[in-house]
Amino acid sequence: MTDPLLYLDGVSVSFDGFKALNNLSLMIDPGELRAIIGPNGAGKTTMMDVITGKTRPDHGTVMFEGNTDLTKLKESTIANLGIGRKFQRPTVFEHHTVLDNLELALKNPRGVFSGLFYKVSEEDRKRIEELLDITKLSPKRDVVAGGLAHGEKQWLEIGMLLAQDPKLLLVDEPVAGMTDAETEQTAHLLRAISGKHSVIVVEHDMVFVRELGVKVTVLHEGSMLAEGSLDTVSANQQVIDVYLGR
Amino acid sequence: MLTRFLLAGLDTKAWVLLSVLAVLAVAVPFMALAVPPTSPWSLSMLTVTLLGKYFCYALLALSLDLVWGYCGILSLGHGAFFALGGYAMGMYLMRQIGSRGVYGNAELPDFMVFLNWKELPWYWHGFDMFPFAALMVVLIPGVLAFAFGWFAFRSRVTGVYLSIITQAMTFALLLAFFRNDMGFGGNNGLTDFKEILGYDIQAPATRAGLFVATVVALAIGYILASAVVSSKYGKVLVAVRDAESRVRFLGYDVEKVKLFAWTLSACMAGVAGALYVPQVGIINPSEFSPAASIEAVIWVAVGGRGTLAGAVLGAVIVNYGKTWFTGVLPEVWLFALGGLFVLVTLFLPKGILGLAGDLRQRLAARRSRAAAGSNAAKEATAP
Ligand SMILES: Nc1ncnc2c1ncn2[C@@H]1O[C@H](COP(=O)(O)OP(=O)(O)OP(=O)(O)O)[C@@H](O)[C@H]1O
Ligand SMILES: [Mg+2]
Repeated sequence: MTDPLLYLDGVSVSFDGFKALNNLSLMIDPGELRAIIGPNGAGKTTMMDVITGKTRPDHGTVMFEGNTDLTKLKESTIANLGIGRKFQRPTVFEHHTVLDNLELALKNPRGVFSGLFYKVSEEDRKRIEELLDITKLSPKRDVVAGGLAHGEKQWLEIGMLLAQDPKLLLVDEPVAGMTDAETEQTAHLLRAISGKHSVIVVEHDMVFVRELGVKVTVLHEGSMLAEGSLDTVSANQQVIDVYLGR
Repeated sequence: MLTRFLLAGLDTKAWVLLSVLAVLAVAVPFMALAVPPTSPWSLSMLTVTLLGKYFCYALLALSLDLVWGYCGILSLGHGAFFALGGYAMGMYLMRQIGSRGVYGNAELPDFMVFLNWKELPWYWHGFDMFPFAALMVVLIPGVLAFAFGWFAFRSRVTGVYLSIITQAMTFALLLAFFRNDMGFGGNNGLTDFKEILGYDIQAPATRAGLFVATVVALAIGYILASAVVSSKYGKVLVAVRDAESRVRFLGYDVEKVKLFAWTLSACMAGVAGALYVPQVGIINPSEFSPAASIEAVIWVAVGGRGTLAGAVLGAVIVNYGKTWFTGVLPEVWLFALGGLFVLVTLFLPKGILGLAGDLRQRLAARRSRAAAGSNAAKEATAP
């Protein structure tokens, strides 16, 4: 039994008295790919906000690699520990080209002076080519990201996430706006990168979740409702009730 | 490494601008000093000084564009950094007056004698030495900007709130510098300068020299700013402007990113102020007035923000307009400026340079469409 890479312990967050997360605990193993589902407003995005330092929880700890409590750190520090994030609404740098978006995400020193004197190395160039291939954005490399279609922005953001080469990837609704074929490719890609990286995917698309074929956590009103394979959780009476709105 | 860094940022626009500046740096002094005054090609000293003033404003606009155009920080207080640089230079120039002041006091500037002060305040020490004063010209605005930015950016003050506190900063300085007991000449400021670096400040050759120095400073500022914005750091800067929190999740320390550009920009504004003061012959608290800072924002907006060259262009054009209007219809100028700002915001959101870019793009699109059309025609006629 390995130690978990990420361990949320009793995390609670409330917004003006409304509990978005309610004593949530969750464990992710190194190399694991985990799907998280749950109805709208279940707290899935809020959970990612807590892990990445965007939201401070009222209670609970978020331990990364056993001994680092993420709830005390700021966003950039957490990112540099090796946690990358793809947002629910794809957020890329609209005025930069696809190439520049990837370049900014590449795992390189983040300081002001290393930025001023940075020159693309052969290695970086190769890595960017690889990422352009993976995301199928090669023909659009010089297009400004603002001019991409919704699905392409999703791919670009996934590419940026890979460029960061994080230990843990948080992926919020990656297949919204993608065709069925693209959805399948995305599932494929995420499966391929898990193993070396841990991945948490939030998604409503059940076809996609089935495609992933991994352990599923069901969130409801800020707490975990059920956990297990998709078949197990979808047979769970409570889960059925929640999804049918009873 | 440094040359590569500096040259990497220069595009066509930059080379055009730098060439124009180079020509002016040679032609203007020549036309003012060597061409006989009877010739139509002769320039008066007044014109030389006026041009010098425009280019000081251009450097201020450039510094503002660095933070506003590229980092999204709309500073409504950049005049404060300009004025502080100006005061540092003014203090040096005051000390050069020596015993030639009205009261003939070799040690104390006239206004201090008038206030019955017996000795020079501690913070005036060292300003009799040019290198010290020159250092202060960048250091004082730089340190103020650093301290201001440190607190503002860490508390994540952004947008309108940040603009308002920059305005409050310059307003607070305005009130402070109005006070006689601050030791900067109060209401009247610093004036009646005689010499700079041992040269008579009124002499045509000195004026021409100051003009050349201004053009050179503007050119250096431009090269530096282009290098910064075209580096990877510059791309991070734009990314912060467009999606600040996204940049954080990539692991960049947004506070430091902003702080560097902000401080560099303040230092540039300080240099602009320092070159301005010997040319106009006075520095007083009105340079701290919020209106002065807002005017600088208008120059950048008119020229086109986020283009660097646009800032230079905007500052020169608007100030030329100001000179012309205040000569012909002085009471109309403020309305014209306000109207210009409204027009630009409504119809030219990218300013003059943005308009030029759009036109060029449209032309290129039409040309490629025409080319595609003729190709299609060729294909149609082919067997
Ligand atoms: N900054 C905030 N201020 C107030 N309420 C918030 C804030 N962020 C989230 N909430 C609320 O917390 C609850 C959980 O939101 P969250 O975005 O985490 O849900 P989600 O599971 O991601 O839903 P969806 O599937 O629609 O993306 C929602 O009711 C939401 O309105
Ligand atoms: Mg969500």
